[in-house]
Amino acid sequence: MDAIILQILNGLDKGSAYALIALGLTLIFGTLGVVNFAHGALFMIGAFCAVTVQRLMQLSHTEIDESRTDFLGNPLQVEVPYLESWFGPELGQALISWSVPLAILLAIPVMMLVGWIMERGLIQHFYKRPHADQILVTFGLAIVLQEIIRQFYGANPIPTPAPDALRGSVDFGVWLGFGPGVIFYPVWRFVYFLFSLLIIGGVFAFLQFTTFGMVVRAGMADRETVGLLGIDIDKRFTLMFGIAAAVAGLAGVMYTPILSPNYHMGMDFLVLSFVVVVVGGMGSLPGAVLSGFLLGIVQSFASMNEVKAILPGIDQIIIYLVAIIILLTRPRGLLGRRGVMEE
Amino acid sequence: MLGIGKRDTTILLVVAFMALAAPIILNPFPANSAMAQFNAGYPDLMQRFVIFGIFAIGFNILFGLTGYLSFGHAAFLGAGSYAAVWMFKLLSFNVIPAVLLSIVVAALFSVLIGFISLRRSGIYFSILTLAFAQMSYNLAYSVLTPLTNGETGLQVYTSDPQYLRGEGDPIVTHLFGLEMRAKETLELGPWAFDFSVGYYFCAILMLISFYISIRIFRSPFGLMLRAVKSNNHRLSYTGLNSRPYALTAFIISGAYAGLAGGLLAAMDPLAGAERMQWTASGEVVLMTILGGAGTLIGPVLGAGFIKYCENIFSKINENVLHSWFAALPDGLETGLVWVASKFVGEGWHLTLGLMFMLVVIFLPGGLVEGGQRIGRALRRRRGQDEPGRSAAKEPAE
Repeated sequence: MDAIILQILNGLDKGSAYALIALGLTLIFGTLGVVNFAHGALFMIGAFCAVTVQRLMQLSHTEIDESRTDFLGNPLQVEVPYLESWFGPELGQALISWSVPLAILLAIPVMMLVGWIMERGLIQHFYKRPHADQILVTFGLAIVLQEIIRQFYGANPIPTPAPDALRGSVDFGVWLGFGPGVIFYPVWRFVYFLFSLLIIGGVFAFLQFTTFGMVVRAGMADRETVGLLGIDIDKRFTLMFGIAAAVAGLAGVMYTPILSPNYHMGMDFLVLSFVVVVVGGMGSLPGAVLSGFLLGIVQSFASMNEVKAILPGIDQIIIYLVAIIILLTRPRGLLGRRGVMEE
Repeated sequence: MLGIGKRDTTILLVVAFMALAAPIILNPFPANSAMAQFNAGYPDLMQRFVIFGIFAIGFNILFGLTGYLSFGHAAFLGAGSYAAVWMFKLLSFNVIPAVLLSIVVAALFSVLIGFISLRRSGIYFSILTLAFAQMSYNLAYSVLTPLTNGETGLQVYTSDPQYLRGEGDPIVTHLFGLEMRAKETLELGPWAFDFSVGYYFCAILMLISFYISIRIFRSPFGLMLRAVKSNNHRLSYTGLNSRPYALTAFIISGAYAGLAGGLLAAMDPLAGAERMQWTASGEVVLMTILGGAGTLIGPVLGAGFIKYCENIFSKINENVLHSWFAALPDGLETGLVWVASKFVGEGWHLTLGLMFMLVVIFLPGGLVEGGQRIGRALRRRRGQDEPGRSAAKEPAE
């Protein structure tokens, strides 16, 4: 029992990332009808927003510390981050340690802007072109984005730790009534899971309870009629693209303590996220979220040693296997609507 | 001639001439001159031109004719390479059995994948093939290590049995004793031209593949494949089942990819899982699109163009750039070098991505369409000068 719970927990953080990226992909596909191969790159750009904020916060200048001396007795020169000299050492240190969550503040406007530029500058010209062209041009864009990031940040993963207070693990089993020391779980993964629930809830609430969301949903169902009613649906869809980009970006920001960002992390996640979208059902938002979590958990079960002993290598391929089975038996996916992209 | 039309014969002859004379054509600059870095006439690179040409020709039979966009063709390339290296390990370094087996293995593999993937079309087909390719890649790295030698890559060791190896056989890949790496250098004044056995072996196979692809394009079967692309629904309304046709195209293109993989191994008896990665599949898509999908000569052009640019661009570094812009004022020079250095050397992929985007946006028909547009513009101008000649022939494919 405890092993099962542990695997479910282990699957949650990856599942959250899949769910967030797949949610954005589905939003874009549902509103604009575009298959966005550059969505993984947006996830990666989000992660590098966190890196940027971390670096900005650690900008420092040299000061002469009179209280400490080196071995010759001269006053020691120390690097002091600007934040510490502005806000005092304690608050400054706290700010630096919280750089990843604080990066959200930067990531939201940046990602909205990137999404807006992408949609207005490139993707809007591809609505009328075949899906193959859309795939190809966004694939090219993904290569370009990841190469630009590599030019500026290098090819090596950059460690971006979680805030001090949220590092380490909790003894989760005790809360559930197991003995102490049975189920340890890193705190940050909990945070990530809760954060993703928050974002997912936010997106759904936005679509469900605001007038804007209502218009967008109407546009997803029947774009032309909404246009005939005198509503500028294109503008709203552009904004939805920005929101989808921001969701992917935020998923990336918060994922950095779990996986040190490198320039090709987007591509790695993209392939899996597409599989997630297809399993959930193209164009179905709840489907994307559900299958994201489901596949994350399935993957974590497949990487148990007991399972691997029976079926070696199953952890490497389980997601693809599930996708193949779903596509062949239920082409519209778990929660897909009948007739939407069922070809 | 050879059962193909006049224009196709011309194309075939042009390609044959280009391929056979490549060691001379691609070496236009004297060996010791400053421009020698733009020469492409050395065996290693030319082999890659024709091998990836074969890969792209095969991919074009599937994508160009039927419109099914596969993102998993690298799996067949990898399977072909592995099969070839196994033949080297078990039989001998003769390339004939290796190449044959690589074609067969890749074709069988593509029967399996194609049969499942072709149940869906459009984006689902792309994702299914992508999933299969990633699966093969992951398996090659992990569980299949006894077959693929995992991260090290499969290679031939002296302890391998090589049952058919004769006494005096060379210990490098050879064709009945003729070593693949053997080359004849012809020196003409300052020029040096390399004629290598390996290159000509690949080039002849490429020409055969190209000829077969012309025959497929012009056959009733090829017409059927075009029908699948233009309107699959209507085809099924007329009572035809299009899937066997698409599957045949898939298998043929898989076999082409296997041949390319086998040749890669024949030139350098080594196979690694990274050949199966989906970026490798993306590369062949790039080549086909860049050259012009659905045209005969497009894939060959695209493959050559990309491999040439890759080679040249990744060789250029900041020192070379500085020497190019040396005539400019200092500040301007530093700026230009800084900008340009982002696009060359390590940054070659950036250039590739940009080039790819530009082609998809502005020139969906690829280089071939670009050539046609220029040709038409020229004709139109000439047509204005002397009316009567403006009755242009339909553009060549």
